[in-house]
Amino acid sequence: MIAFITRRLMISVFVLLAATIIMYVMTALSGDPLADLRQQTGPNREDQMRVRSERMNLDVPIPIRYLQWLGALITGDLGVNRDGQDVGVILGNALAATLQLVVAATVLAMLIGITVGILSALRQYSGFDYSVTFAAFVAFSLPLFWLAVMLKQYVAIGFNTWLRDPVIDTTVIVVVAIAAGLLWGALTAGSTQARLISFTLGALVTATFLSFLSSTRWFADPGLGTVVIGLIAVASAVGICALFAGLQYRGPLYAALAAAGLGTALHTVLGGVLTDPTWPQLLGLLVLTVGVCVALGYGLGGLLRRQAITTAILTGLVTAGLIFLDALLSAFQAYSQRMRGRPIATIGSNTPNFRGDFWQLTLDSATHIMLPTMALILISMATYSRYSRASMLEVMNQDYVRTARAKGLPERTVIVKHAFRNGMIPITTLMAFDFAGVIGGAVVTESVFGWKGMGQMFRDGLEMVDPAPVMAFFVVTGGAIVVFNMIADIIYAYLDPRIRLS
Amino acid sequence: MTLSAPVTSGDAQGMTIVARTQGQLVRRRFFQHKAAMTGLVVLLAVVVLAFTSVGFGPFGGWWKHGWTTTGRVIDGGAPTLTLWPFSIGEHPFGQDNVGKDYFALVMRGTQQSLLVALLVGLVATSVGTFVGAAAGYFRRRTETALMRLTDVMITIPVLLIAAIVGRMAGGSGILVLGLALGLVIWPQLARLVRGEVLSLREREFIEAARAIGTRPRRIIFKHILPNTLGIIIVSTTLTIASAILVESAISFLGFGVQPPDISLGQLISFYQGAMLTRPWLFWWPGILIITVALSINFIGDGLRDAFDPRQNRVRA
Repeated sequence: MIAFITRRLMISVFVLLAATIIMYVMTALSGDPLADLRQQTGPNREDQMRVRSERMNLDVPIPIRYLQWLGALITGDLGVNRDGQDVGVILGNALAATLQLVVAATVLAMLIGITVGILSALRQYSGFDYSVTFAAFVAFSLPLFWLAVMLKQYVAIGFNTWLRDPVIDTTVIVVVAIAAGLLWGALTAGSTQARLISFTLGALVTATFLSFLSSTRWFADPGLGTVVIGLIAVASAVGICALFAGLQYRGPLYAALAAAGLGTALHTVLGGVLTDPTWPQLLGLLVLTVGVCVALGYGLGGLLRRQAITTAILTGLVTAGLIFLDALLSAFQAYSQRMRGRPIATIGSNTPNFRGDFWQLTLDSATHIMLPTMALILISMATYSRYSRASMLEVMNQDYVRTARAKGLPERTVIVKHAFRNGMIPITTLMAFDFAGVIGGAVVTESVFGWKGMGQMFRDGLEMVDPAPVMAFFVVTGGAIVVFNMIADIIYAYLDPRIRLS
Repeated sequence: MTLSAPVTSGDAQGMTIVARTQGQLVRRRFFQHKAAMTGLVVLLAVVVLAFTSVGFGPFGGWWKHGWTTTGRVIDGGAPTLTLWPFSIGEHPFGQDNVGKDYFALVMRGTQQSLLVALLVGLVATSVGTFVGAAAGYFRRRTETALMRLTDVMITIPVLLIAAIVGRMAGGSGILVLGLALGLVIWPQLARLVRGEVLSLREREFIEAARAIGTRPRRIIFKHILPNTLGIIIVSTTLTIASAILVESAISFLGFGVQPPDISLGQLISFYQGAMLTRPWLFWWPGILIITVALSINFIGDGLRDAFDPRQNRVRA
């Protein structure tokens, strides 16, 4: 294994090195770095040109310039840009914003996309399947920048305006309820009657829920409260058990329910800790949660200890997430007032000079990152859903799945244990490939939403024919892509025993 | 979905089996694919509309306005197209702030975007097929060199390298731009073709050809490539669809098509500031990009099903 990773790492480094050569040379050749000065007529034109040529080493041939850049890079120096600013410093500021965006988009797209893909595979040729297929095709054909501008214009500005009087229209409630009903109906297997029942139930529940939110003006001052947290936690405990362990076994179910109960009980106690926490504190709490859940699973799991620990941890994480969300939502009204009632931001990655407690600051980043992430995930979500659907269908038609069914395993076990695990193997390769696409997409979205991120750095650098910032961007993103590729290869080899590491 | 086995005719005598060639089977399956047919019809309609309305090259079009002529701005430049009752009006897509007819501009943009995408598809396919076939057939050093080059190219996100070559070539017209873009987005296809060639070259008929002393070039072009034609055609179609999106994205960033040339992405970029006052300047190019890309994607999907009916079981 170690030999394999070392070898893979060496190859990756060389591949990345070769890619930097291509990028550097092409950027340097992409235009005239003195173009703007040539058009000037001022008396110090020659001087400015001389200064810039000297700073960018323009009188040295490009290959030597590349080697100088590479030499500096090895010592950790990313060079200076055209105006003499240290690129390392610019990168440091830009990195956080872009990484947040890219990571959030990738993780969300994977989660949602794979779930949707599997569901549509399990309900092949249903209305749901056809709708997902069509939606995926539309998403493949959407120009990202166009979508981003649309979101900015209609979702952000529209939502902000609507938030002044957060009452949902009756027509909207009806339409959304019917859509939700159709979704549930399409997802239900079995007779027409069963489908009708789930359609009606889905529509009614959605309608009631929306009317409730609308009449209590929930959107103006959102929050969950202990009761709702408890209900959702218990529901997810049952759901997670049904998915990962099967409801007929007591041990895992008790462990998950205990985790949910304990989490909800702690929510009332923890109030003080959560008023103004820091990220390390929250991380500590998260580790604690996992530890407690492991203990719960171990203690209550009985014979099914492993499944119990899994379900307890997942339930614990969901509950922790709910408590976090609740705290975040409680800060919403105050934040919204500070933003003069227009909380969803359309420009930048955070409000300049904004000060506040932890929740307000987090909310500030969240409202800024929301729209770009939405634009970004839509497209990679489509990719993930298509691939996971195809891969899942392929696995479901294999002989061993038939065998599993024939020996009388419950459908849950067949899908989760036998099909899902094998179906996800090809997705690991997609992960690395898609990551490169998301980075390209980030450049476009950052430009639409006016982020001062790495995409902006790349764009400005390329516009000015200035290799240093372009290369800084590429070293980070290319490095990330290479690492992602390597991880994908390793996971692949680990998951698929047919692949030999040599 | 469609029958891949020989179909029985409705002859009164009963079971007469009609023999069909591979090509006929593929064509039949493709023409029975509803989504692909819809895509094909829509795409053809857009192409005909774009090229005849404002004219192309020496040929004039039937549309009354040109894409460079300015005019009086009527009614703030709002679109006059109404669907019910249907009427086109003077400026169906509206006008920009100097009174240019937006329909003419968008049609001109569609023409140029389509041309760039087609060129990118052709160039990328040729290069990718060449590299993939050579790497797959010759193995050893040729393969190592070519596939390492492919690996390196794949490490660079498409949009970055496209933006850079766009910055280089954008000012020299759309043909150079299409050529340059095609020269950098071939690696995916090269990998695909290589994989296919690798499995084909071990087959008996290739061995037989080699045994009777056929030259490599003849084996590649006569025996191997015709068998990879399916995946090549499909992948060309999908490359063209993504090329439309890539071209519009880099034009939006300002590195693609430069004025006086017009492309759909460049129109969106140019009129981005008008989003609040003249939203239609933003709507139309976007809708056309989606229409064209979507119909090409559907055609590609239909072609894939037609060439590879085994997959029908797995993917709709």
